[in-house]
Amino acid sequence: MEATVTITAKDKFLALVEQHEKLPHVVGARKVLSQLDMPNTRMEDWRYTRTGKIGTEDWKMATSKTNPDISSFLIPGLEAKHLVIVDGQYREDLSELKNLVGISIETTTLVNDEQHQYQHFFEALGAALITTRIQVDIAPHVEIKDKLHIIHVTTEHQVLSQPYITIDAGKSSKAHFVESFVSIGEHHAFTNRTLRIQVAENASFTLDKIQSETDAHYLMNEDRIHVAGDGRFTINTLTIDGGWVRNNLHISFGGQNAEANLHGIYLPRKKQHIDNHTLVDHRVPHCNSNELYKGLLNDHATGVFNGKVYVQPNAQKTNAFQSNANILLSDDAQMNTKPELEIYADDVKCSHGTTTGQLDEDALFYLKARGLGEESARRLLTSAFINDVLDKVENDNIRNYVVSQLITRELLIA
Amino acid sequence: MLTIKNLEASIEGKQILKGLNLEIKPGEVHAIMGPNGSGKSTLASVLAGREDYEVTGGSVTFNDQDLLEMPAEERAREGLFLAFQYPVEIPGVSNMNFLKAAVGEIRKHKGLEPLSAKDFLKLVKEKSALVELDGQLANRAVNEGFSGGEKKRNEIFQMAMLEPSLAILDETDSGLDIDALRIVSEGVNALRSPERSFVVITHYQRLLDYIVPDFVHVLYKGKIVKSGTKELALELEERGYDWIKEETAQAGA
Amino acid sequence: MTSDDIIDEITNREYEFGFTTNIESDKAPAGLNEDIIRLISAKKNEPEWLLQWRLEAFAIWQKMTEPNWAHVSYVKPDFQAISYYAAPKKKAKLNSLDELDPELRKTMDKLGISLEEQKRLHGVAVDFVMDSVSVATSFKEKLGELGIIFCSMSEAIQEHPDLVKKYLGTVVPRTDNFYAALNSAVFTDGSFCYIPKGVKCPMELSTYFRINEGGTGQFERTLVVADEESYVSYLEGCTAPQRDENQLHAAVVELISMRDAEIKYSTVQNWYPGDKEGKGGVFNFVTKRGLCDGDRSKISWTQVETGSAITWKYPSCILKGDHSVGEFYSVAVTNNMQQADTGTKMLHIGRNTKSTIISKGISAGNSQNSYRGLVHINKSAQNARNFSQCDSLLMSDTCGAHTFPYIEIKNKTAKVEHEATTSKIGEDQIFYCLQRGLDEEQAISMIVNGYAKEVLNKLPMEFAVEAQKLLAISLEGSVG
Repeated sequence: MEATVTITAKDKFLALVEQHEKLPHVVGARKVLSQLDMPNTRMEDWRYTRTGKIGTEDWKMATSKTNPDISSFLIPGLEAKHLVIVDGQYREDLSELKNLVGISIETTTLVNDEQHQYQHFFEALGAALITTRIQVDIAPHVEIKDKLHIIHVTTEHQVLSQPYITIDAGKSSKAHFVESFVSIGEHHAFTNRTLRIQVAENASFTLDKIQSETDAHYLMNEDRIHVAGDGRFTINTLTIDGGWVRNNLHISFGGQNAEANLHGIYLPRKKQHIDNHTLVDHRVPHCNSNELYKGLLNDHATGVFNGKVYVQPNAQKTNAFQSNANILLSDDAQMNTKPELEIYADDVKCSHGTTTGQLDEDALFYLKARGLGEESARRLLTSAFINDVLDKVENDNIRNYVVSQLITRELLIA
Repeated sequence: MLTIKNLEASIEGKQILKGLNLEIKPGEVHAIMGPNGSGKSTLASVLAGREDYEVTGGSVTFNDQDLLEMPAEERAREGLFLAFQYPVEIPGVSNMNFLKAAVGEIRKHKGLEPLSAKDFLKLVKEKSALVELDGQLANRAVNEGFSGGEKKRNEIFQMAMLEPSLAILDETDSGLDIDALRIVSEGVNALRSPERSFVVITHYQRLLDYIVPDFVHVLYKGKIVKSGTKELALELEERGYDWIKEETAQAGA
Repeated sequence: MTSDDIIDEITNREYEFGFTTNIESDKAPAGLNEDIIRLISAKKNEPEWLLQWRLEAFAIWQKMTEPNWAHVSYVKPDFQAISYYAAPKKKAKLNSLDELDPELRKTMDKLGISLEEQKRLHGVAVDFVMDSVSVATSFKEKLGELGIIFCSMSEAIQEHPDLVKKYLGTVVPRTDNFYAALNSAVFTDGSFCYIPKGVKCPMELSTYFRINEGGTGQFERTLVVADEESYVSYLEGCTAPQRDENQLHAAVVELISMRDAEIKYSTVQNWYPGDKEGKGGVFNFVTKRGLCDGDRSKISWTQVETGSAITWKYPSCILKGDHSVGEFYSVAVTNNMQQADTGTKMLHIGRNTKSTIISKGISAGNSQNSYRGLVHINKSAQNARNFSQCDSLLMSDTCGAHTFPYIEIKNKTAKVEHEATTSKIGEDQIFYCLQRGLDEEQAISMIVNGYAKEVLNKLPMEFAVEAQKLLAISLEGSVG
């Protein structure tokens, strides 16, 4: 019998790394990559998210330099500088970073992350083959006036984008960043973006993440946030569109009186699959975390929410709250949710709650009885459902930008 | 009955009581008034033996014993009762079982036989009528789902059941409407006797229209700065606390 | 005394039921192979089909690996060092309880389940399982008049082979999991119960499981079938004497509730949890599952878990019939080095199915207490409802309390709500009790029992009293 050699998805990724061995990378990530299996549903963390289709494509690095019109991706009215990454490559020519006071941006800094323990294949892949390296330093004691808007655009078919971004928010600094993921055209793309943020003592950092890619996109975000004492970190993950999205968000506290706020909405439709995995690691006493994620699922879409609150043995006086609510709008939509508490300290207040159901039929009837049409009644209720998350977006221009997209999606009332 | 001498107490390193003196004889009703943050509730907590507070000086004798040496439950068994400003909810524990255990402990301490179930029920019926407490409330979990007024009435009901020699009412009037205030006060008045003393802590004079005190003290910055009779309360109602603050400031200067 | 002192004192308490019974035992040599299975089957004079069923299960088991997803860590049992069969030698067919071995009687008396007393006071029929063979069955005649079958599994295999053959392994198939496969291969005895159509069983049916023989595994098999429009309340209690080596318990319980029938299954488990250092104690790897087969059928699981070194247990309901109802009420207490990973699975298949989960975890000492539960709403389950409440109470700063709910929804008409809280025993609650003259030990006992009340209330009266006592023994010492 003749032996057949099957080339696995993992082999293809390993070959890609080998081909581009000169690209920036973390040595440890390359070492460990071959020992990790492609995520599969037998792995607890990937139980509800299939990755098989990613492996069927022939991913490559960007081959040409396209010049997309990025004006349509800017947020109207927002006073922001923008940093543009096209097909995984930093584009100084398309970026506008002049007069950015208090922030320095470096694109050649080496990655120093040899101690990191990689949790899964894609995480290691993102560090083993870095298509763009961005290091952002926020000066201590500075409140940054402008928002920094990082825009990821894909234009090319089967392009693999692996930007690796690190942000150091200096002591007592205050900054607000926006990160958006968009694509031009119906090409297939895989964006596997790594983000590391260090929020120093008493610093405050806010990130609004807007994900609106097309159905043929795979988007993997690996976010690791470390918040030092008295620091404050807020993230709003707004997933408006995207064929396959997996957000891994790990937040850990390094000092007392730190705070983290995690909010998110996900609105998958058609055959989209959106997965939010969050981990809040309370390692030290007296920290607070608040988590609120809401999902509206339509058509054949599937949603996953896995939120874990981890309270380590000495993390007394922890307050951790987590809430996840979902509405299924169609007969074929599915939601899998797994809110977890893992607690090893006793003087803590931790809770989570989750609900899943359909739009409140009684409320719908009530609105119709007051003369609203079926569609506007539904829209009024879906608006009410997600508005409390949208309200967490503090900047009016950013919120309006998201709202306008949701109105287009017929999820919000104008 | 109760003698407080130069009492000093702090919480989390912050000094609240700064040399408080008070003498209470059997049968007397003392009102303690004062502006917010003057130390009224601290005094109640220290007397009841809450561990969060640290006594840093002075002494308290209760029926010729050193009160500060006793653990909280010992103080309760010796006849000191605190009607809490914010009565705590204990889910799943019925008021009846709770009281039965408490009455049992206090009787045991006094060397009395436990009450029979029949006598206990009789006592519950009698005492709950004092504060017009619905029989249903007695069977519900301790304070769980009670309204503000119900919680306060429940405190007085418990006081009636436990028959203390000294009762401290910590802002029992807060959050009560006029009807509830009347019911609570009537309950307290019914329990007044030549052997039983009361310390009524309140911010407003209103309560003292119903529970008429023998003495009124003004607590300010951790000390009793003025004492008088019920007329003092009326004066405070009329003039507020500012003149007391000024007087104190002048005396200090 | 501070609450820490009390918890310390409680932590030092020894297992009250740690005594062994001196009855000569007929024990198979250690190890597991086809010959042992043939021996068990032959000793029990089983029909050929059952032997084949066991051998197939053994073959399945050999291909499986032990599960490791639970939040517990322990040294895996050596399955070849376990003796798979132990029957008391003085095996007697009893006509009356008076003929019972006096030693056994003493054991039962110490457990507080004197048969006569139970008979007299509660009208409970007790099927007492000591190690693996049922030695005494009472109230049989009375039940017989109603057509109710309540006997040991061995007896059912002899007397009612058709019923056993029809239902055995239909809810928990041999392929289900590692321990279920092992149990199917080597189960020695257990209980069988059949309630005929339209019969409401007039008394609580009760079985006490007890592991007695050192180094023996216990592989009980329980099958309860409630035919249409019938009702039964079934009680299971477990104690094990104190032993140093870990003992394996891998039971399988299958419940079948047909149209308009209801099964209420209550468990109080206080197997030996091991000593303070975590030495010894029972490994409790149990598969319990109920099938709500017909419309409007109902299965209700209530459990009070205070024992075992390791607990791995998820009493589940398959809600197949339309309008069927599943319930799970649980109190799990862990102390010292105990580890519990327990919860339920509610699988909604039929329309208008409804499930309720109330789980109360209490962790003390250095223990780890996890709730793990699955709510699955199938696409076919129109208008399914689930409500889950999972609370954890922490009594020390060295223990852990964890919540791992899995919620899978494939039908939009579902309404699923899950809430969980974790908190320390309330210091202001304790102070309130102290101010009313209670001591700290009483205060803690009262608060803990209050916390667990929603579940304790679901137990039949005589069990509720025992459960409260167990909570007291496990946590509060002499209080109760």
